[in-house]
Amino acid sequence: MQLTRAGFLALLWLFVLAALRVVRSDLYAASGLRVAVPGFRRSSEKKVRGKAPRQLVVTHGALQGTRITLDGRPIMMGRADDSTLVLDDDYASTRHARLSLRGTDWYVEDLGSTNGTYLDRAKVTQPLRVPLGVPIRIGKTVIELRS
Amino acid sequence: MASPAQGAVGSPAVGQGAAAESTTPTRRGTELWLLGFAAALVTGALMLVEANQEQTLTFRIVWYGLAFLALFGVAHVAVRRFAPYADPLILPCVAVLNGLGLVIIYRIDLALSERAIQAGREFNNDVPKQILWTTVALALLLAVLILIKDHRTLTKYSYTFGLAGLVLLALPAVLPGFIAPTINGAKIWLRVGPFSIQPGEFSKVLLLVFFAAFLVSKRDLFMAAGRRVLGIDLPRARDLGPVLFAWAMSLGVLVFQKDLGTSLLFYGTILVMLYVATERGVWVGIGVTLFVGGAFVAYKLFTHVQQRVANWFDPLATYNDIGGGYQIAQALFGLGTGGVGGTGLGAGRPDLVPLANTDFIVAAIGEELGFIGLAALLLIYAVLALRGMRSALAVRDTFGKLLGGGLSFLLIMQVFVVVGGVTKLIPMTGITAPFLSYGGSSLLANYILVALLLRISDAARRPQSGSRPRPVPQAPIAEAHTVMVERPS
Repeated sequence: MQLTRAGFLALLWLFVLAALRVVRSDLYAASGLRVAVPGFRRSSEKKVRGKAPRQLVVTHGALQGTRITLDGRPIMMGRADDSTLVLDDDYASTRHARLSLRGTDWYVEDLGSTNGTYLDRAKVTQPLRVPLGVPIRIGKTVIELRS
Repeated sequence: MASPAQGAVGSPAVGQGAAAESTTPTRRGTELWLLGFAAALVTGALMLVEANQEQTLTFRIVWYGLAFLALFGVAHVAVRRFAPYADPLILPCVAVLNGLGLVIIYRIDLALSERAIQAGREFNNDVPKQILWTTVALALLLAVLILIKDHRTLTKYSYTFGLAGLVLLALPAVLPGFIAPTINGAKIWLRVGPFSIQPGEFSKVLLLVFFAAFLVSKRDLFMAAGRRVLGIDLPRARDLGPVLFAWAMSLGVLVFQKDLGTSLLFYGTILVMLYVATERGVWVGIGVTLFVGGAFVAYKLFTHVQQRVANWFDPLATYNDIGGGYQIAQALFGLGTGGVGGTGLGAGRPDLVPLANTDFIVAAIGEELGFIGLAALLLIYAVLALRGMRSALAVRDTFGKLLGGGLSFLLIMQVFVVVGGVTKLIPMTGITAPFLSYGGSSLLANYILVALLLRISDAARRPQSGSRPRPVPQAPIAEAHTVMVERPS
């Protein structure tokens, strides 16, 4: 009798504690979005890594063979000296195009270039998602994303 | 921890989702696990009641437990299907509260029917009706989840909801006595066939939706226009409209229906929503001042308010009066008998308190489960409201934030008013404890509330579908590293 009474109360509190444990697990994601906490995010990203682009490779043009490691920061392309990928190309504009990460996808965006940026065959007029291995053409230079 | 492994347990949506979705666990596995726990808890409680009431312990109880689990399993599947990213704690908390409520109502039924048999009277058990209401309420939850795919669609019908809420609220007061009888001194019921419903319970939720939509569209007015008087920003007189409206409405409910609890609930909730929408403490100041004024006037004018206050100050002084302190005194005796550890489920005498299965169910739980059990129950309420508030914080649209915050506050305010009344912290105002108490309307309305909270929490946790860019920390371009590889010649 006493035992069942205490046992039920213990069970009730166990439920509360289980609920609070779930609450605690969400503390790191207070905004509902995943927040980058070291050690917390690593494990969840590993699964995705297999398909995520990791490098930018220049496949044609003067800089053929150049590789840039993608680390989440946006990549500027153009003739300007401060570009991430400095294109020495008569057909490229000073600030030609930008690759940027949104969520887990990379997007290419034309920055008002004279001769345009092409994703595969399509002219880039708005930010477009860049799939793996699809060529982006800027003047005589062709780049693509690889994992 | 919110490791993806835990979220992926039994949630097939994760595995086949796109790469972006797999980083946000739906946590449906956690929900199912906690629901199972809840069902076990309720079955255990039922078993203890049966054992302590010297009923024959049969295998039947396990079937009841499984039926309970199946009922909430349906709700779980519905959530999985229609709101896959909803908060995993809301449904299990509701299940525990509702289940324990059913057990306590059953337990009080046993005691009351025994007394009725001794007195040679007929007795109608309440628990079958409450089980029926629970089923209907869960069906309603499902319907709300299916019909409202996005809580923002509610803003389109805000004025309709507001009007419907007002009509429902006023209906019992204006209808004649044979449809809207006066029960226990309050004229808040409508009699439809064999059932009596309290339309006011539904109008709570409807009016809340209206106020959230209204405040979202008008809040700039409250914030910007105004004069500074004595160092505080006073809102313009015409912007005081909603406060005065809420005040007048709650007073109207008080006057015509003699329902103190509902008017307190309305007023408090609307005040908090105003505060949340404008972030200005001055509204709370104005609201509290108006409340004190209104309460004073009500105290002076109405005898039933005076009686409640007298019962609150000293229940024993009015112990033998009609409508006196007997009820509160018995509730306090019950809580005192329970003490820290309680008498054990089914071993107390909670039936000595009048209305033990509705307004005073908290006293029954306090007697049989003691302080420890009651504290756990209050914590479950707190977790429920906390998760609602958290969803409101996380959701991206203003209406969702305001509605989520308001609904969560409404829930916890009900708990405060009823528990405060039973424990003699505030005057007893006669409202039901959400999910615990016997009463169909309250149960249905609170399940609608929970369905809306589930919908908002689903919107809050759902990963964004890529249309809005996430801000990426911008590093100076000069620092961005370039790896140059020799050109193959």
